[in-house]
Amino acid sequence: MIRVLRPGLQTSVQDQGRYGLQHIGLCPGGAMDPVALSLANALVGNAVTEAALEITVIGPELEFESDTLVAVCGAEFAGGFPHNRPVLVPAGGRVNLGRAARGARAYLALAGGFDLAPVLGSRSTYIPGAFGGFRGRALRHGDALPLKAESAELSRERFGRLKRRRERSVPWSAPSHTLPDREPIVVHVLEGQHFADFDANVQRTFFDTVWRVASDSNRMGFRLAGPLLARTATDEILSGPTCLGTVQVPANGAPIALMADHQTTGGYPKIAEIASADVPRLAQLAPGGQVHFAKCTLEMAAELRKHMRDGLEAAVRGIAWEFGA
Amino acid sequence: MARTIRLMGVVPLGDLSAYVEFSRTLDLEVNALVQRLAVAVQARGAPYIRDVVPALGGLALHFDPGFEGNCVSAAVELVEAALKEGISVSADVLRTVTVPVCYEPEFALDMQEISQKTGLSREEIIERHSTGGYRVLMMGFAPGHAYMGGLDPKLAVPRRATPRAIVPAGSVAISNEQTVVYPYSISGGWNVIGRTPLAVFDTERQEPSLFASGDRVRFKPIDRAEFMKLAQKR
Repeated sequence: MIRVLRPGLQTSVQDQGRYGLQHIGLCPGGAMDPVALSLANALVGNAVTEAALEITVIGPELEFESDTLVAVCGAEFAGGFPHNRPVLVPAGGRVNLGRAARGARAYLALAGGFDLAPVLGSRSTYIPGAFGGFRGRALRHGDALPLKAESAELSRERFGRLKRRRERSVPWSAPSHTLPDREPIVVHVLEGQHFADFDANVQRTFFDTVWRVASDSNRMGFRLAGPLLARTATDEILSGPTCLGTVQVPANGAPIALMADHQTTGGYPKIAEIASADVPRLAQLAPGGQVHFAKCTLEMAAELRKHMRDGLEAAVRGIAWEFGA
Repeated sequence: MARTIRLMGVVPLGDLSAYVEFSRTLDLEVNALVQRLAVAVQARGAPYIRDVVPALGGLALHFDPGFEGNCVSAAVELVEAALKEGISVSADVLRTVTVPVCYEPEFALDMQEISQKTGLSREEIIERHSTGGYRVLMMGFAPGHAYMGGLDPKLAVPRRATPRAIVPAGSVAISNEQTVVYPYSISGGWNVIGRTPLAVFDTERQEPSLFASGDRVRFKPIDRAEFMKLAQKR
């Protein structure tokens, strides 16, 4: 069991999402940065599909009832907990992550995962619908998160299998794949379905602007603060499908990038579509974070996707080797 | 159905989704064909397709991130293969969902305003809304949220100028020539004329969503007592 002493800004259970239900209006949801989630899982010897805690900007303080093998990946937090490596937290140990110093979202995975039943095929928390994860909501003070019965034994056994280890951790760390080195980050986009509905000046503005992630951004969408974009075409747009990374422009002209808990359809013009490999990188921007959009082709976006996947697979294989696999 | 549908184009929605477009305006025949096509494409069971989403004038195919190819050409291939085989009427979803609705004033938040705008009495509004035959044109906006066409044109009023911060779950609302049932208590700008005691979206049910694209829908007026009885059964 893990006891929540302080919940942090928004800490929720997330896995790789629920699929096959968009035709009834349910978005896949899941981790905002699935790459960091996969690494965190690999570092505690889990399948990359296991659920972990998604931690946002201000970290929680947690107390572990029994020995637990833990890894935190994604954003770097200032609380001093080792980043990107397996750590054996002893029974009664506390983890206090503090504030994010670089990036916005971290994933805390633990050996064996949580003892939570999947809802519609996933343990991801869907907060707007109040289901999935732990009671369909973000963690609160006093919550007790159930772990698998074999969690402590599994944690000690897996830690013991690590080839190079010190008392409680290892002398190495896994590489980050999605953290911004510097801002503005460059995010690749394809022209959206309604790109031609905007005149050349607006199109240029979209690509010339350094956008800021607005403070009212959340898991559903990132609002982008900058110049307002006016659509030139006047015909009505038929509502149509949207997806992760769609950048739409509502009537007020301030673009919104759709994130994990996005709506499955929308009636606003779509000016751009973010390359799938760059969505987790965008997810690592905190409010105020800066982003610059660069145009790419479908082929380039597919290349970026392959590059990201190959890099992650190599990292996961390397970590498995450390466990003696 | 005599008409066939013609592919207008395929637009990438990023590198893992493609939108296959058949119409840029709402055409009910095209809409019905798109829904059958979605069923036919889904039935092909392509391993790299995660979601097939029919919309008003086309359908979206969402791909697995492990997919190695080009999502646009793969979508074209799949859809053309399905069209070539022919979209059979047997693939149609011939389901009729009957939705009990209580139109009493405590649930019909905008009844007076609609009455003023349309010049119809409360009784006439209820009569027209509950005798209409509706069809689900698209699922979207929220889980279980269905856009239904077939509203009596005499009831067509625009959305509220200021959306409500919270529309109670189960609210039955109208706007332009469509009607919806709010699956959750969420913000919304449609004009509320009643409420259903049924759960629109329930993760515990075999079929979580009360509605699916293509369903025929009827509304059946019920009184307060019936509403309470059905609400308790949930």
